[in-house]
Amino acid sequence: MTATATSARSDLSELGRSETALRTFLHGLPGVDQVGAEQRAAQLGTRSIKTTAKAQAIDLAIRMVDLTTLEGADTPGKVRALATKALRPDPADPSCPHVGAVCVYPAMVPYVAEVLRGSQVHLASVATAFPSGQAPLEVKLADTRAAVEAGADEIDMVINRGAFLAGRYSEVYDEIVATKEACGDAHLKVILETGELATYDNVRRASWLAMLAGADFIKTSTGKVPVAATPPVTLVMLEAVRDFRAATGRQVGVKPAGGIRTTKDAIKYLVMVNETVGPDWLDPDWFRFGASSLLNDLLMQRTKLKTGVYSGPDYFTLD
Amino acid sequence: MSERVAVRKTYKLFIGGKFPRSESGRSYLVQDANVSLASRKDARDAVVAARAAVKGWAGATAYNRGQVLYRVAEMLEGRREQFVALGVPGDEVDAAVDRWVWYAGWSDKLAQVYGGANPVAGPYFNLSAPEPTGVVAVVAPERPALLGLVSVIAPAVVTGNTVVVAASPTEPLAAVTLAEVLATSDLPGGVVNILTGRLSETVPTLAAHMDVNAIDLTGVTDAEQAADLEVRAAENLKRVLRPAPADHDWFADPGLTRMTALLETKTVWHPKGV
Repeated sequence: MTATATSARSDLSELGRSETALRTFLHGLPGVDQVGAEQRAAQLGTRSIKTTAKAQAIDLAIRMVDLTTLEGADTPGKVRALATKALRPDPADPSCPHVGAVCVYPAMVPYVAEVLRGSQVHLASVATAFPSGQAPLEVKLADTRAAVEAGADEIDMVINRGAFLAGRYSEVYDEIVATKEACGDAHLKVILETGELATYDNVRRASWLAMLAGADFIKTSTGKVPVAATPPVTLVMLEAVRDFRAATGRQVGVKPAGGIRTTKDAIKYLVMVNETVGPDWLDPDWFRFGASSLLNDLLMQRTKLKTGVYSGPDYFTLD
Repeated sequence: MSERVAVRKTYKLFIGGKFPRSESGRSYLVQDANVSLASRKDARDAVVAARAAVKGWAGATAYNRGQVLYRVAEMLEGRREQFVALGVPGDEVDAAVDRWVWYAGWSDKLAQVYGGANPVAGPYFNLSAPEPTGVVAVVAPERPALLGLVSVIAPAVVTGNTVVVAASPTEPLAAVTLAEVLATSDLPGGVVNILTGRLSETVPTLAAHMDVNAIDLTGVTDAEQAADLEVRAAENLKRVLRPAPADHDWFADPGLTRMTALLETKTVWHPKGV
């Protein structure tokens, strides 16, 4: 470690102490070339992944899925069924890996915890007044603590977009720090809700802000606004985690969520991960897909590769 | 006055109400025209489009489906000359128009002829009603190119099924032109999907596809190939219509079997009150 890197690291940890320092740093980040980012993301989507590489990519993608249900109509029965599916996505094939995690509302955590106990599948819960994040801080922290106590080992929090867009970066920073503290040992994923951030520059700033405040993962979206994860947004976030590791030595994960429905889309993201941040991130500990319908498509493609015959939605569970 | 530049037409596939080229980018020459050569991935895409269309089409009222089929007849009548220019005999075009009208009439009558109340030994109303089976893969007869095609598509779709048709590989121009008729006939996208090209590429994929509910082998001429396709179709218990005999008269009264072979019967028991 060189002297400059060490001093850069200590500088970064000081940033949170003052609004001015934080603003100066975030606005000093290089701007994103919008056309370039979109072109690069589109270009990476044209790679052809076939046969054994495709089989490997599908299994990896299944292991990266955060099987999600975030509906007002969720019931204990529904989330139990989903958790059971997470353990053995394809009951007809024992060689099919389990998914990365199950993601539910805090009230549903105890029911999922019962099913997942003793397994390798993580239990994620959204918290902090998901999806809007428009609640007093005490309420958000209580929400987080309740989810952790109920058995969640990953917390998906939303940032305060109102404060972020108004330029009150310290407020956002402090909320993330407080939530991280409330999480205890649980991993913290910070949802930027990129669909509401308007520009790629803001996505880059929000990514850095979240990482500086201690996020273990940065996640694109709640899935509750019209624009969810897009390849260029994910590319900008991947560049941010790469640069953050180069500056601080700490690795942060990325989770695109919402709008990823097909195996083809998932594989495009994996190509982007490999090309942008390298194989270090090609692991469920560092990259996840927030999705619900994606899993069935992955299973159908997996079945097609194994049997040579196109499968159909009739043969997989509705969830 | 300079001479006009010739407008050369590319005959493309018909999938989900759109006219895409084959995803493979290939084409072949028929009567000096380029026709798309469909791959198994096009077949897969066509099944996805057909499956997506089932809900709306099967859920439409029988009356409405009849109206749409009658509209197809109207549009086909208006394009009579175009088919004649492609080499389809005039009387065959007329017969094809009549066939659409004939099947259009059956849409709201078949359930009465083929379904009904069953007398049972108990205090129940027992009613059977025919319902569409879902996605049907169809191998169209090689010729007559137009009448044969209409005679296999119309009976499948009139009851609410959606179809993926492998058109005659040797005479595909009439099939693609029929697709243009269908695209302008209020027929929802995906109800009829037409693939042109080699049967050996698309049909085995369709026969084995787990999301296809029935397969009509009418246009398969080789007995061994037909047997192989039936074996593939058995995997998910598809309904199978066997190949038509070589001397089949396509101008004759088609009868009801083409419609009834692609139906499921739903029977409901309802307790009788006072």
